[in-house]
Amino acid sequence: MEDKVHDIPVHHEHHEMLPVWFFIGVLLLIYGVIILYTGLREYSHPAPVVLARYHASIWGGILLVVLGGFYTLRFWPRKRRP
Amino acid sequence: MIDAGGWKGLVAKIHERVQGDYVHLWQPLGSFAGNPMGVHWTGIVFGLGGVIAFGYWTTDFLVVQRAMAAKDLRSAKMAPIIASYFKMIVPLIVILPGLLALAVLPFKLVPESAVGPGLHSYNEVLPLMLARYCGPGLLGLGVTALIAGFMSGMAGNVSAFATVWTYDIYRPYIHKSGSDKHYLHVGRWCTIIGVIASIGTAYLVTHFKSIMDYMQALVSFFIAPLFATVILGMLWKRATAKGGFWGLLAGTVSSIGMYTMVVLNPATLRYIALSPDAKPMAENLYRALWSWMICVVVTVLVSLLTQPKTASELQGLVYGYTKIPSDGDLPFYKRPIFWGAGVAVVFGVLQYIFW
Repeated sequence: MEDKVHDIPVHHEHHEMLPVWFFIGVLLLIYGVIILYTGLREYSHPAPVVLARYHASIWGGILLVVLGGFYTLRFWPRKRRP
Repeated sequence: MIDAGGWKGLVAKIHERVQGDYVHLWQPLGSFAGNPMGVHWTGIVFGLGGVIAFGYWTTDFLVVQRAMAAKDLRSAKMAPIIASYFKMIVPLIVILPGLLALAVLPFKLVPESAVGPGLHSYNEVLPLMLARYCGPGLLGLGVTALIAGFMSGMAGNVSAFATVWTYDIYRPYIHKSGSDKHYLHVGRWCTIIGVIASIGTAYLVTHFKSIMDYMQALVSFFIAPLFATVILGMLWKRATAKGGFWGLLAGTVSSIGMYTMVVLNPATLRYIALSPDAKPMAENLYRALWSWMICVVVTVLVSLLTQPKTASELQGLVYGYTKIPSDGDLPFYKRPIFWGAGVAVVFGVLQYIFW
């Protein structure tokens, strides 16, 4: 009996998967930019929170931008060499 | 910590505002009356450490399913060891904000069951602390993290529920010859029903002092006796299926029975937790210990009275009849024992610091 499966042409297309760390990096970077922006705005319009003088949003924003930037660049999707 | 005046300021403020020692692990555990939980060190070591913690790490499907997905034995061993490093950070996220809240929040926190207008419960500490210190932006990130943590735990538990029901109960016992599509549908319905059931059970928390009391009560009902069944089944060649079944049933029923007895007559708490000074959290720990012991005794007795399985039937199931591949040829830094020893050292140092 003929095995029909072998007659079916199969096209193998290689799909590169996005590294999850790239996704996490982009997410952290976006959060960082938003929080850093709000932190800078709070210089002229301080938020009604305790210890506002320490500008937690600026430090938190910088940390997230650095961390997110590192992961975004380190795991940037590149085409695999043939 | 800056607001509280550093660690020393935090300790001083806690002592000013509330009674009891909240900042030492072992010093106040010499007597039931010496600590806010109303528990003795035996409850912590044998109930929490020996039964509840071991049970959680070895039988909770949420934890075990990660190790089950491992590519080899070494990865399966490394999964809980790596997780334990992160688990040791949890007190920084869970306990430290609670202590800081005791020291700096301008109002007194009350148990969940006593919440009224203008009062806040212990369960609200993290959102209250976020709102106190974080402006727009950071506050959003904090709330997002809380919701993400909740969703992650919820997703893991609901998928575990769907898997166990469909694969371990429905397929082998209720509907054996269904198609894959049928079981997929059952699994999906399980997910929906699991979410609805968990929303319903969340309302039960309002009857408890805090979420932790609720969780420990459930653990003592189900995980503590299950741990006894699993550990005996894995390590004792003489254990039988009937022994396991009756042991587990006796452990679970006795645990729920002890809980019901204390609800109906709170004075009986002293018999479960071994002291008139014991409080509900102590009851949870000792109840877990009792239900574990009842499960062990019943499993051993019933197993000895029933027909044992042959050695060939136990191949690959019981420790003594299973060949464990050695990881002696790996470099030391890739062996689980090396990283496990690291956990033990960090654990010891933390005990010393917070003794």
